[in-house]
Amino acid sequence: MGLLTGLRDSISRAADRLFAGNEPKRIGIYGPPNAGKTTLANRIARDWTGDAIGPESHIPHETRRARRKEDVEIKRNGKSVTIDIVDTPGVTTKVDYEEFLEFDMEKDDAIRRSREATEGVAEAMHWLREDVDGVIYVLDSAKDPITQVNTMLIGIIESRDLPVLIFANKIDLEDSSVQRIKSTFPQHETVPLSALEGDNMDEVYDKIAEYFG
Amino acid sequence: MAEVTEQPEPQGVQIDLISGDRMEGLTSMEKIRLILDGVHEGNIVILERGLSPDEESKLIEVTMSEINPDGFNGIEIETYPQIEAGSGSFLERLMGRTGEGKLTVIGPANRIQTLHKDEELISAFVTHR
Repeated sequence: MGLLTGLRDSISRAADRLFAGNEPKRIGIYGPPNAGKTTLANRIARDWTGDAIGPESHIPHETRRARRKEDVEIKRNGKSVTIDIVDTPGVTTKVDYEEFLEFDMEKDDAIRRSREATEGVAEAMHWLREDVDGVIYVLDSAKDPITQVNTMLIGIIESRDLPVLIFANKIDLEDSSVQRIKSTFPQHETVPLSALEGDNMDEVYDKIAEYFG
Repeated sequence: MAEVTEQPEPQGVQIDLISGDRMEGLTSMEKIRLILDGVHEGNIVILERGLSPDEESKLIEVTMSEINPDGFNGIEIETYPQIEAGSGSFLERLMGRTGEGKLTVIGPANRIQTLHKDEELISAFVTHR
């Protein structure tokens, strides 16, 4: 990136935030496939608006389009914070339709799903570069967080100076290790939770209000 | 006239080691094209200094647009994790420069598999076409 281009982009981003006024901030929910992003988005949306955002599934790439839930008002300690939640497709560097065949899918359906998944990943990257004001990065705490996708995405988020919270999801699983995530990304606040079971959601909402309010 | 016999295609994996100096003069899209053209041919591409976060983001986006069920199913990419992410001065980060890029290995997803990765070691297994 050229010196002037970089400076112009940074000033433009800062100015956009400065003059955004009371517009709700768009908070992107990012992470690898099957980390529980949509389960979390639905949990937040149901808790504060009564509606869900999208279908959840154990099959990877269930979310293949970014979905926005507008004006989610979260009330904490007598104050309220209004955000738009953007549930994004899981980010990856590879999509192989044959992986979907293992979930009893017909070949045509698997190919269609893989094609939509690739479009979804590209869309998620575009949102990250252009259209979100903050990021909730969701990780499956039962899995190793040292992956290239996590390293790259956290690097991209940091390079854009976006506020980020790391959510160590699935703490209800036996193999869960929140400490492993904290050690991998010590520079960021990590919040343990189970979006599926609703565990530790009070702290989740406290942190969302603190970081994105 | 001597009989011409067809030579068997050499078996092996081509590795392209691209210097930081070579990459420095290229635009983001030229870098991405250089990488993906090599990967499409089945090569393993090693970058001396890696890509910026913005370029990595665009690499993912372009890779996704080129995935094809009949052949190319994406890339495997490996760099060392940042030990101190957010490093670099405020001015460097303002300019989109977060310190020297790290050595980066990129290959076709169906031919390269990461065996182990930590802050100091990346171990990968490369299969022949």
